[in-house]
Amino acid sequence: MSTVVAGVATPTRRVARTARDAAVTLPFFGYLAVFLLLPTLIVVVGAFRSRDGGFTLDGVARLVTPATAQIFLTTALVSAASAIAGAVVGGVAAYALSTVPLTSPLRRIYTAVSSVLAQFGGVMLAFAFISVLGKNGHLTRLLAGAFGVAVPGDLLTSVPGLILVYCYFQVPLMIIVFLPAVDGLRQEWRDATENLGGSTWTFWSRVAGPILLPSFLGSFLLLFANAFSAYATAAALISQRTIIVPMAIEGAIRNENDTGMDAYAQALAAGMIVVVGLVMAGYAALQRRAGRWTR
Amino acid sequence: MSRAVTRRRRQRALRIAVLGVVGVFLAYPLYALFEFSIRFPLTGAYSVDAWTRLFGAGDGARLQPLYTGLVNSLLIAVLTLSLMFALLLPTMVWVRLRLPRLNRVVEFLCLLPLTLPAIVLVVGLVPVYRFIATRLLDTHAVWLSFAYVVLVLPFAYRALDAGLSAIDVRTLVAAARSLGASWPTVVARVLLPNLRGAVASAAFISIAVVLGEFTIARMLARENLQTGVMLVNQAAPQVAAAVSLLTLLFGIALLVGLSYITNRAHRRPRRRDS
Repeated sequence: MSTVVAGVATPTRRVARTARDAAVTLPFFGYLAVFLLLPTLIVVVGAFRSRDGGFTLDGVARLVTPATAQIFLTTALVSAASAIAGAVVGGVAAYALSTVPLTSPLRRIYTAVSSVLAQFGGVMLAFAFISVLGKNGHLTRLLAGAFGVAVPGDLLTSVPGLILVYCYFQVPLMIIVFLPAVDGLRQEWRDATENLGGSTWTFWSRVAGPILLPSFLGSFLLLFANAFSAYATAAALISQRTIIVPMAIEGAIRNENDTGMDAYAQALAAGMIVVVGLVMAGYAALQRRAGRWTR
Repeated sequence: MSRAVTRRRRQRALRIAVLGVVGVFLAYPLYALFEFSIRFPLTGAYSVDAWTRLFGAGDGARLQPLYTGLVNSLLIAVLTLSLMFALLLPTMVWVRLRLPRLNRVVEFLCLLPLTLPAIVLVVGLVPVYRFIATRLLDTHAVWLSFAYVVLVLPFAYRALDAGLSAIDVRTLVAAARSLGASWPTVVARVLLPNLRGAVASAAFISIAVVLGEFTIARMLARENLQTGVMLVNQAAPQVAAAVSLLTLLFGIALLVGLSYITNRAHRRPRRRDS
């Protein structure tokens, strides 16, 4: 008898229960729909929409003008250069840090400083560099006093200067994201290499190198995406010119004379989504590959 | 054998040297920031004037944006944390218990903001905030919290996910429920005490994010700590340097504290295994 009751009642009850279970997650999904998915949709749709609501490629057409293409190229250059420097320096530092015991204060402070500088510095980093390399900066005076070397006055507002400042959040970011990978290197692998007659060079080129390579390349891509998205530091350093894409977006949003600029901002933002999305997809693929060894 | 020992020692020295050089590279601008805040650019004389001005000795009018920004940022941090925990914690627990198939969706959505630059997000937020400001609420900076919840989501999700993975949520909830506890009691008196470390980590890192946020506040023309520092920098650069340094040091202190919490939380399950 119980089977008959179960057979009749369960399907509807199960549906009701699933519906009730799902309802609990509604606030979460609703919130994200409004503050995460809707804005993304506005950007993507807006890039292809004219002012009267029709479909247009005008915004996209403005993306491929020489001026805009140049801004994208400069941004890519700044990102790539700072990501290479950050990946190499930060990678070596991450390895050195991985040999320090997990609970030592040195390691705690190092990782804390790194994650603050890497992720929450922004404007404050820009000020820090003004106090290092600005007109009255500490290093500027040091170089002038000790070696008679004059730091160019516009260094911090130039592309090389921007790359230098970006390194200051790229190196710490590399330390944070690469640390788990080098932490995963096992002493046994090194001992095994030595027992089989391998030198330190053999260990790095034939064992650790190939194991770390996917993580290293993945971290490099993450750094690239990070620099490509960065805005605060550049905004605090440079106020007059538009060098990188986020500044172009700001200019377009703030322009109140030309209403067509909203579409341009959305097209620029959509362009950034494409670039960062592709880079992060590559990052995810490399992370999966790296996961084989870090398990 | 002795050759191996020498090599070990040399490698150790090399690692320390690397950490030292990179450490100096990272710490030098912080020192320069401090020096900048106490040195007069024209005369080169040193004084703690900027610091006394910062802590209330006159000059209130010029530093007004800073105080407004600081108060706003603290309010934003409180509202952001409340909203984030209210949305995230019950959902994560519920999905683990009843809707495990949604786990991947929740994870994907929570980590999505990492791949979405703030400057892109804000382009889409402009119309949303225009609607909020004109139809629902007002233009007060505290409503920036709505956007900041999205920004802190990846960090908070990871912290809470680590915490929830370290405890047996299903058994704890089943035990509490079968003893007659209501859902609010389960969360407040059974789950939360076991997640203290994870909740603290999520809170610390979220506070660090909120205090450092600039892009969205600037583009939506709201005043927070960072836009305040930016404004004050034009009138009183030394005070701006002092505030920047203090904020960075506060963030570092938060995260050092966090590392003590999370390391303890991680060690516990490992000990049980061995």
